[in-house]
Amino acid sequence: MKTAILKYNAGNIRSVLFALERLGVEATVTDDPEELRSADKVIFPGVGEASTAMNYLKERRLDELIKDLQQPVLGICLGMQLMCKHSEENDTACMGIFDLPVKKFESPVKNLLKIPQIGWNNVAGLHSVIFEHVPENSYMYFVHSYYVALGPETTAIANYIINYSAALQKDNFYAVQFHPEKSADAGQQLIESFLKL
Amino acid sequence: MLTKRIIPCLDIKDGRTVKGVNFENIRDAGDPIELGALYAAQGADELVFLDITATNERRKTLSELVTRIARHVNIPFTVGGGIASVEDVSVLLNAGADKVSVNTAAFRNPPLLNELAREFGSQCIVLAIDTRFEDGDWFVYLNGGRVKTDTRTEDWAKEAVDRGAGEILLTSMNNDGTKQGFALDITGRLSQNLNVPVIASGGAGTMEHFADVFEKAQADAALAASIFHYKEMEIPALKNYLYQKGIQIRF
Repeated sequence: MKTAILKYNAGNIRSVLFALERLGVEATVTDDPEELRSADKVIFPGVGEASTAMNYLKERRLDELIKDLQQPVLGICLGMQLMCKHSEENDTACMGIFDLPVKKFESPVKNLLKIPQIGWNNVAGLHSVIFEHVPENSYMYFVHSYYVALGPETTAIANYIINYSAALQKDNFYAVQFHPEKSADAGQQLIESFLKL
Repeated sequence: MLTKRIIPCLDIKDGRTVKGVNFENIRDAGDPIELGALYAAQGADELVFLDITATNERRKTLSELVTRIARHVNIPFTVGGGIASVEDVSVLLNAGADKVSVNTAAFRNPPLLNELAREFGSQCIVLAIDTRFEDGDWFVYLNGGRVKTDTRTEDWAKEAVDRGAGEILLTSMNNDGTKQGFALDITGRLSQNLNVPVIASGGAGTMEHFADVFEKAQADAALAASIFHYKEMEIPALKNYLYQKGIQIRF
């Protein structure tokens, strides 16, 4: 099996590589179109800012490439947000794989809830095959200031200020807002299920 | 619900975990990777590694250590100690750290925080403040607590957040090593007046101290070192206690 991690100007790629390594999986970090197209699984990670990342992908036509992939694709954090339609982060047009908006968290009362959300939050309403071995209300590690609204493609819900999409799925595209690579055993289970697709 | 975080802190000197009292009298406390992995398995929510090595070899050794930690530990971790530039941060994040903490260098050169936030995002920039209460207020100390400043901790924390710090790691020097509890007043003041998470550090001795800092001071996370290193308190028991108290905790 060939697992490719998309190489682009976003952080945390190495953490994903190490998480796969802990599962005994050797992955390639690449932005080569042929390598990405021929991989069995593609992981689209990311920590960073939406417009910078999107510009980088567009300049290299990687956005079109990702949209056309047929094999299972897993977007993580910023990766998930870039797979949506539009992000409020610097008013960025994204890929539109999921027809959902990305919005900024607003604390209802000043300083009541800190932004970004940093830490462990529970995920509920799990109904994607990647959650097969993840118990309902498991805790996952989140770091984000923007969130994806709920929609028909939502496969897990988290609550911070409001209910939002902790995970999405449409056809071969899977996406999670949290960091499975940093979410202890629960996250490891999710990655394993994705790799077995 | 977002949970409160329990964060063991490992001070690193020449690749080993060490612990001092009131920033002095350093003792050996074990292998950092073994300890880190153990804490992760026990339910620690995050780890902080602070490098206190002062040699020229430091930077390279640290980035190698960070990569070894990242390979073995499946929870987030922060690395700090002597970080002074965008280049330092870049090396550590690329080595596998999730966040970095900056202290003295950010105080000496506050625009560094703006640069770091712009380059890497606020979410991975932790501002560490060592503070001491004297003459009626809390003041910022630098260089591992050796150098006093005339700046009020609240003022510096606010400026740092405005410049892009994504979290505050607040260590009370009055409380550190005493096991008499966290500094509730300054922790609470920062937590209520800042829109970023506050990690309380210094003074943890009993489980009740953790409950107090979460409930009375609204800390988002609590950090401790020696009580965990010397097994005076086990993380599962601590989490169970906090859960019984109705505090949001991850199991």
